[in-house]
Amino acid sequence: MIWVIHTLNGISFGMLLFLLAAGLSLIYGLMKILNLTHGSYYLIGAYVGSTIIAKTGSFALALIVAPLVVALLGAVMERYFLRRFHLQELPQTLLTFGFLFIFADLMLWIWGGDPIVLPKPAAFSGSISIGDARYPTYRLALIAVGLIVALILWWFQERTRLGAMLRAGVDDAEIAGALGIDVSLLFTLVFAVGALLAALGGVLGGPIIGAQPGADFEVMLLAFVVVIVGGLGSLRGALIGGLLVGLLDNFGKIFFPELALFTIFVPMAIILSFRPTGLFGRL
Amino acid sequence: MARILLFIALAAVVFVALPFVVPSYYVGLTTKILIFALFAMSLDLLIGYTGLASLGHAAFFGISAYTIAVLSVKLRMSEWIAFPAGLTMAIALGAVFALLALRARGSYLLMITLALAQVVWGIAFGWRTMTGGDDGLPGLRRPAFVSDETSFYFLVLGLVAASTVVLVALIRSPFGLALQGIRESESRMQALGFNVWRHQFVAFVIAAAFAGLAGALYVYYNRFVSPDFLHVVRSAEVLIMVIIGGVGTLLGPAIGAAAIILLEDIISSQTQHWLLALGIIYVATTLFAPRGLIGLYRERFMARRKP
Repeated sequence: MIWVIHTLNGISFGMLLFLLAAGLSLIYGLMKILNLTHGSYYLIGAYVGSTIIAKTGSFALALIVAPLVVALLGAVMERYFLRRFHLQELPQTLLTFGFLFIFADLMLWIWGGDPIVLPKPAAFSGSISIGDARYPTYRLALIAVGLIVALILWWFQERTRLGAMLRAGVDDAEIAGALGIDVSLLFTLVFAVGALLAALGGVLGGPIIGAQPGADFEVMLLAFVVVIVGGLGSLRGALIGGLLVGLLDNFGKIFFPELALFTIFVPMAIILSFRPTGLFGRL
Repeated sequence: MARILLFIALAAVVFVALPFVVPSYYVGLTTKILIFALFAMSLDLLIGYTGLASLGHAAFFGISAYTIAVLSVKLRMSEWIAFPAGLTMAIALGAVFALLALRARGSYLLMITLALAQVVWGIAFGWRTMTGGDDGLPGLRRPAFVSDETSFYFLVLGLVAASTVVLVALIRSPFGLALQGIRESESRMQALGFNVWRHQFVAFVIAAAFAGLAGALYVYYNRFVSPDFLHVVRSAEVLIMVIIGGVGTLLGPAIGAAAIILLEDIISSQTQHWLLALGIIYVATTLFAPRGLIGLYRERFMARRKP
């Protein structure tokens, strides 16, 4: 029974990683930007969410407002900073690193250094029995939300006009622009949506992993691994990669507590050496 | 040419005279600057001369530092074994990174080098029995013949100067010119019959070796090693040193290293918010001096000479 619980833990963490990696992957796919600020979006989402919950007591409100705030932040970063260095990876990476530091310090200033754990929403604060063990319903809800987001993103990308534009942009942004697609708007939109998803992950992850200084680096790194494993620019890759890394991380911490990160990185290195573009990458 | 010789002679006089003129605190600070200048130059061999961006350069710096600290403190070995072992580990790790990462380019390469370096950080952080985990490993002694600040300074000065000479010679050698050709166009160099992958691989290993040397010197300077040595922040810091100074030059990264370390020294004595300041420096450098201080100087200089 304990294995079912560990597996569910891994899957629910994997869903959080999917939320992060989906945005990271789309942003890279379309703009070739390596966004090191992505982990900060996650953490800002969690912190802003915690403040909203503390002030209003509503988890639902936090779940809506915090991601929107972060989406705006992402849009501003794209439009006024990253855009100037289109396709110049070194300046872009440095800019995002600069913002990572700036945000990290500001968050430390505002929310302090102590870990904050967000309260679970009332509807999902209980637990259900699985065999002879109890399992928190919150984690199950998290898995459901992850699947719903995956479904929405898939529908958006495959079935809507905007999604078709996005796919065209990922394939060749220049040609897409020549065909009359407003690539400039698309860039800002995708960046904002990526930031929004990361912040959504922050609020959703708040009750289980909490928010603390340094979490921005940790989740950014895990999201990178997901994207490397799954393949850049691919939503399916982000989902499968997220689940894989979530499970590996969870079981790694149980079996090899001293070398926890190893259980993630060794598979990553193996995948890199056989499929340099990741499992579903097209680059 | 005469100007360059004059500059070198002047620099030599300044650096040799320095410990006899300034207080020992500044001798220590200059030692640190020299070490990071070497670290930054080693990264610029990759970025500036080979066209390979790396965000994991601290791995080589840190593994050499950790190897030395573990061998000396935990296993009580002499520095004559520990020091070469540190360099060897950096070179070996450079080869492993190159094998795994060299298929990628651009920001994908940045991401892979970052992730690989974080593996090494994870080992240092997690393997408490050997590395002391988060607390690091204190208690490293400097070798007896350089136990005081001034003699250690001269050891670092000598090694960094020698490394610079080697790097300059390397860049001007046919091999170095081939690297710069690869930076400009891989496909053309391939068409000319150069084995591009092998050149990049060797450049990666050499860069790792010099980063390892810098790490080895720094661990003796610090007498302490912690996972910070390996952290992505350190990789980013050395990257900003290269860029703030000027990519594709050797003097630039050295100046960048001096600028960042002096700023760090000044700002962190004034405020807790060094990270915020560093972030602003990153953003400002990217926006206002994308070609670095050397670039700014050249632009001014060239502008004045135009009619």
